[in-house]
Amino acid sequence: MLYAILCYNDEAAVQAWPKAKDDAVIAKRRTVTDRLAEQGRLGPVLRLMNTTTATTLRYGAEPVVIDGPFAETREQLLGLYVIDVASLEEAIEVARGMAGRNGDGGSGAFEIRPLRAFIPDTAQRETMIS
Amino acid sequence: MTADLTWIDTALKSARPQAMAALLRYFRGDLDRAEEAFQEACLRALQSWPDKGPPRDPAAWLIFVGRNSGVDAARRSLKHVALPDDDSLTEDGDVEDDMAERLDGAQYRDDILRLLFICCHPDLPNTQQIALALRIVSGLTVAEIASAFLVSESAMEQRITRAKRRIAEAGAEFATPGAAERGERLGTVTAMLYLLFNEGYAASGGEAHIRAPLCDEAIRLARLLLRLFPAEPEIMGLAALMLLQHARTAARLDAAGQIVLLEDQDRSRWDLDLITEGLALLDKAMRHRQPGLLQVQAAIAALHARAAKPEDTDWAQIVQLYAALERMQPSPVIALNRAVAVSKAESPQAALEMIEPLAPALANYFYFFGVKGALLQQLGRNEEARLAFDRAIALARTPAEAAHIRQHLDKLSKTA
Repeated sequence: MLYAILCYNDEAAVQAWPKAKDDAVIAKRRTVTDRLAEQGRLGPVLRLMNTTTATTLRYGAEPVVIDGPFAETREQLLGLYVIDVASLEEAIEVARGMAGRNGDGGSGAFEIRPLRAFIPDTAQRETMIS
Repeated sequence: MTADLTWIDTALKSARPQAMAALLRYFRGDLDRAEEAFQEACLRALQSWPDKGPPRDPAAWLIFVGRNSGVDAARRSLKHVALPDDDSLTEDGDVEDDMAERLDGAQYRDDILRLLFICCHPDLPNTQQIALALRIVSGLTVAEIASAFLVSESAMEQRITRAKRRIAEAGAEFATPGAAERGERLGTVTAMLYLLFNEGYAASGGEAHIRAPLCDEAIRLARLLLRLFPAEPEIMGLAALMLLQHARTAARLDAAGQIVLLEDQDRSRWDLDLITEGLALLDKAMRHRQPGLLQVQAAIAALHARAAKPEDTDWAQIVQLYAALERMQPSPVIALNRAVAVSKAESPQAALEMIEPLAPALANYFYFFGVKGALLQQLGRNEEARLAFDRAIALARTPAEAAHIRQHLDKLSKTA
């Protein structure tokens, strides 16, 4: 079974950490993830940039681009994509394209957030869940 | 108790702008009273949080407790009524639930903006605006601010007291600002934060050439502003500019504390996390197609940040961006910077011709003579270069600036 572990914390507090502390926290976590990586059981690892860098595409009748992170509590996080594009503009276009595919009057949002760090899937796994 | 309690400091520091801003509103602009109330709330937090753990919303907790303690203090001074005992403060859960509905984003937004804005009173000189913001918004001690500005503690105390009095006389405006006024306030506050950053980035006096804590604080406040006003491209530009410049800190001075010019910096020492965040914010800002001074400056910093080697720098583009900046805000200093870019994109001769007319306006400007000397040197006009460098040393504001020019002079004597 594949699981995603989503990390939550107080952004302002984490931002205030000195680099040494941030490094220490990551190092501690790596004692766990490195072991998984050796066993080929670690998928991609990503660290998101601050929410201040986020842009949100709200879709429904008409897609709207909003500066800032997704801030509603009514909806839940259901999935994520990692894409490699040249600019935010392009990322928004990709999101727009996906928003258009719904076409059933459904609504939702895509939060577009740049990545601070990305470690690809170490297992090179081919299996997909569908 | 030996447990690590730095999390409390961190939480108090990060809740401070919001809590102070709300308390200031409750106490109708009485800064001293708001500060006292915040202090009191922090003391309570230090007593209560180690055992109980952090409240869900530290700012709300501090506002509630601070407001009550402030009310207590006011009542005490009037009627000598006894303080309520600490037990009445134990139902922290209720406190927070009470506060939850008050945590209305829009109101806090204007509170914090107001708090920053009152520090920017037009009668106060820039350095006092910054000092006041560091004291009131950031909560630095007078001693810390005094050492950042290289003045005695008593002198700084006096300055801050005077500044506060000035503000009290002026009185703060507590009505919710209209859109135009909010925009104006944002502009003023943004400029003040950039001054604060620059004070740390290129210290205007004293021994240290870079005072990173001031830069860190400016960035922290810019991020806060950005969270409160997520759709303002100039705030994105401000944050991007600060991050892109701050990313170079480790490479800007060598082991001996000497200035290392951009083109000579070890780019592997630039902080990539800060650079990518700065680039992302600039990207966000550009989408709005409302160029502003800070965005253009951030775009220039971004072109430097994107160049893996100095020779990869897109100088032609930088010349254009400086020209855009000059159109927005004609200034001899910007013209000087454009000339430096022209010296790279075209020739030192072209640049030298550009800066000649700036001489009267920049007669007391260290960088002008540094640039002039360097251009003359590149053209082999060593005697004139020496004169310019001598003038630069006389105008240097920090030992690092003077030492940097002396290196040029040393090179000149070797080639002579």
